[in-house]
Amino acid sequence: MDMMAIIGAASAFSAAICIAIGGFASCVGEGYAAANGLSAMAQQPDEAGTISRTTFVCMAICETGAIYCFVVAMILIFANPFWTQAVSLAAK
Amino acid sequence: MENYDTQIVFTIFSVPINWTIVSTWIVMAVLVLLALLAKKGISANGKTSRVQTAMEAIVLGMRDQIKEMSNDDPIKYLPLVGTFFLFIAMANILSIFPWFKIPTSSLSTTGAFAFAVLLAIPYYGIKNAGIKGYLKKYTEPTIFLLPMNVLSDFTSTLAMAIRLFGNMCSGVIIGSILMLLVPFILPLPMTILGLFSGFIQAYIFSVLTIIFVSAVSPVQKDETLINVRNS
Repeated sequence: MDMMAIIGAASAFSAAICIAIGGFASCVGEGYAAANGLSAMAQQPDEAGTISRTTFVCMAICETGAIYCFVVAMILIFANPFWTQAVSLAAK
Repeated sequence: MENYDTQIVFTIFSVPINWTIVSTWIVMAVLVLLALLAKKGISANGKTSRVQTAMEAIVLGMRDQIKEMSNDDPIKYLPLVGTFFLFIAMANILSIFPWFKIPTSSLSTTGAFAFAVLLAIPYYGIKNAGIKGYLKKYTEPTIFLLPMNVLSDFTSTLAMAIRLFGNMCSGVIIGSILMLLVPFILPLPMTILGLFSGFIQAYIFSVLTIIFVSAVSPVQKDETLINVRNS
């Protein structure tokens, strides 16, 4: 295997692993947040407005990890710095 | 990746104008046009137009939300927070037009928003509690946490930028991939989901802005008590 093949395969594989683990973990966390928010809302329907607002904000903060993983995966696939460096080295 | 920052539309005096700037201008023009429509024939008493009633409902809703969250005079935060919400929500509504390049799916737009929030934190902090009270926020619980507290201002605003960008960008990418694979019907529910999550993101960006900006509350009433205890 030459250099380009190794870089391409490693980038694609690490992008997949990145989005898989990051998406899985943050989705589970978000599910816990939503479930607890819903049960709190069921117990206290009067406070539903405040609880749903806080739950949404908490879920967005939990989602940040998945978004970071998404951005890293996008960089690895579409704007890979290692790939561009290998291409510029090969052109020399 | 669909990078709107590199798609040049035209150049003014050899300054390249990309799609992000053009779509930002479109959103601004729509917002200004709606505001002018609502302003036309405005009157304190008598018949109010439909647009004016709608605008009043939106502004009142935002004001109530800000009041609940900041426990403070909402007019102080409304210009900044309301502009963020209206801009992101309007950009999101306009994204149902297929040719529209949504400006918030570019990191430069969201980075500019986050920079504005970063500048607004000390502005409102000093306005609320004076320079001394604002700087005191960084030495809470102990002085040793000072670097962490300063760093957390930067990381939280950066996370806001990345969150908004990532959500919008992933919506755009999913839409374009589905358009390639299944051009009929299936992109429709994803577009509806994108509209929903876009509104949630607009809401969350505004809520987080309020939380960060109103972190230093106006001078507390029990401050004398704390001073007595410390001395």
